[in-house]
Amino acid sequence: MIVAGCDVGSLTAKAVIMNGSILGYAVIKAKSKPEESAAEVMNKALEKAGLKMEDISYCVGTGYGRSKIPFVNLTMSEIACHGKGAQWIMPSVRTVIDIGGQDCKAMRLDKDGNILKFSTNDKCAAGTGRFLEVMAKLLGVSLDELGTISENAKDPLSLSSTCTVWVQAEVIHHLNSKKPVEDIAAAINRAMAIRVGILAKQVSAEKDICMSGGVAKNKGVVSHLEKVLGVKIKKLKYDPQIVGAIGAAIIAGEKAKGGNMS
Amino acid sequence: MIVAGCDVGSLTAKTVIMKNNEILAAQVVRAKSHPEESAREVMDKALEQAGLVIDEIAFCVGTGYGRTSIPFAKMVESEIACHGRGAQWQMPSVRMVIDIGGQDAKAIRLDDKGNVIRYVYNDKCASGTGRFLEVMADALNIDLTEMGAVSLTSQNPISISNQCVIFAETEIVSLVNEGKDIADIVSGLHNALAHRVAALAKGIELQEDIVMTGGVAKNVGMFTALEKALGKKIKNIGRDPQINGAIGAAIFAAERLRN
Repeated sequence: MIVAGCDVGSLTAKAVIMNGSILGYAVIKAKSKPEESAAEVMNKALEKAGLKMEDISYCVGTGYGRSKIPFVNLTMSEIACHGKGAQWIMPSVRTVIDIGGQDCKAMRLDKDGNILKFSTNDKCAAGTGRFLEVMAKLLGVSLDELGTISENAKDPLSLSSTCTVWVQAEVIHHLNSKKPVEDIAAAINRAMAIRVGILAKQVSAEKDICMSGGVAKNKGVVSHLEKVLGVKIKKLKYDPQIVGAIGAAIIAGEKAKGGNMS
Repeated sequence: MIVAGCDVGSLTAKTVIMKNNEILAAQVVRAKSHPEESAREVMDKALEQAGLVIDEIAFCVGTGYGRTSIPFAKMVESEIACHGRGAQWQMPSVRMVIDIGGQDAKAIRLDDKGNVIRYVYNDKCASGTGRFLEVMADALNIDLTEMGAVSLTSQNPISISNQCVIFAETEIVSLVNEGKDIADIVSGLHNALAHRVAALAKGIELQEDIVMTGGVAKNVGMFTALEKALGKKIKNIGRDPQINGAIGAAIFAAERLRN
């Protein structure tokens, strides 16, 4: 049975096609309309799998734009999908930390990937992907570089504010004082990890811990978060951005098998 | 006896010179990169306005964010205390001061002598401070000082759903792209900021009379938006609302000399 998961977020859209294993997947930058993003990313994933839309027997939609995806049979919360997706990839996972473009979530799971507890922040840009985006732009580096350059920090600086707006002012001050970019980048990643760590502690994060979402690719944030939590974060073997879409596809598989085509 | 108050804030510096309980001079300048420079510049301007030299100032009290860097201040006082004293001197019936600055917002409850009974402030989150409007004025490509006037023609203020400055900025850009009326957007922004500040003030129980101080108080749109959010009238303090803290500092200077 071929199923699909489609996760339309604020900055990217992802689609995964599965048949017990992953047949194809795609990640694209989001368009202005979620329905357009959904159609494009699904077509790309189908192309990679060498399939057509008619071959998909069940599709679950998730993410910020899930209600606008035209071809889904069911929509599910991002929280539920991230839990299922992470558990499928790594059965030992008990905590998932997902950092998206404009939110951050921490979820604690049981051994079947069901959610026991979760905590989310989508009110304040600090601690979300947006914080890093703003800071990378200020430093004139890409988001990827922000993660790697901070590893070369000799004398990491610290930031006294939490608010993205005030941190911007602090970073400008450091730049004007000719502080090394690596040292500033380290301070930014550390500040990010502290905010995310608060959410993780709210759900009493337990081992194994994994990260999903684009920010999981930022080595600087991951290593600082390991320090904050005092535990190693396990690396998932798939692109951390498609965890939600995988989870949606897993749920699609369960629904298709159960014959519940509602 | 001539005294002075010097209030060096994050965005502006203010000086007030007083003699026998009357204001001789009051000046406001944009802050320089060093608070010390700002203090000297604004004091020089005020001295010039009063036709005095620095040696004629018997006592000067410093306040504000940069108060420890003011070279000629003989004493420093907190902004909270100075705002209380300044407001009470300007309007003896005042029992609550709501001060919205460039990087913070405060609500202060006073007794009948201008002493601070309780206060609350926010300097952690830019939303709820003057910076919120500054960022949005930039995003709308209008002057901060025009916002009040622009908002007056609004028929249907738009409700802004994001609280965070960063997220609200994106929201504003898409509202502009959707072709929404600028007056309705600006009016919505005033309501959003007023709502945040009112929540802060309500935390220490509203008391009348209420005055509004700080640069944001010059914005007529904010004035009415805050009245609506508080459900109470705000009294107009009469003088430039930005110099209230410096007035309070000068009053402290005079009290200090008397004792």
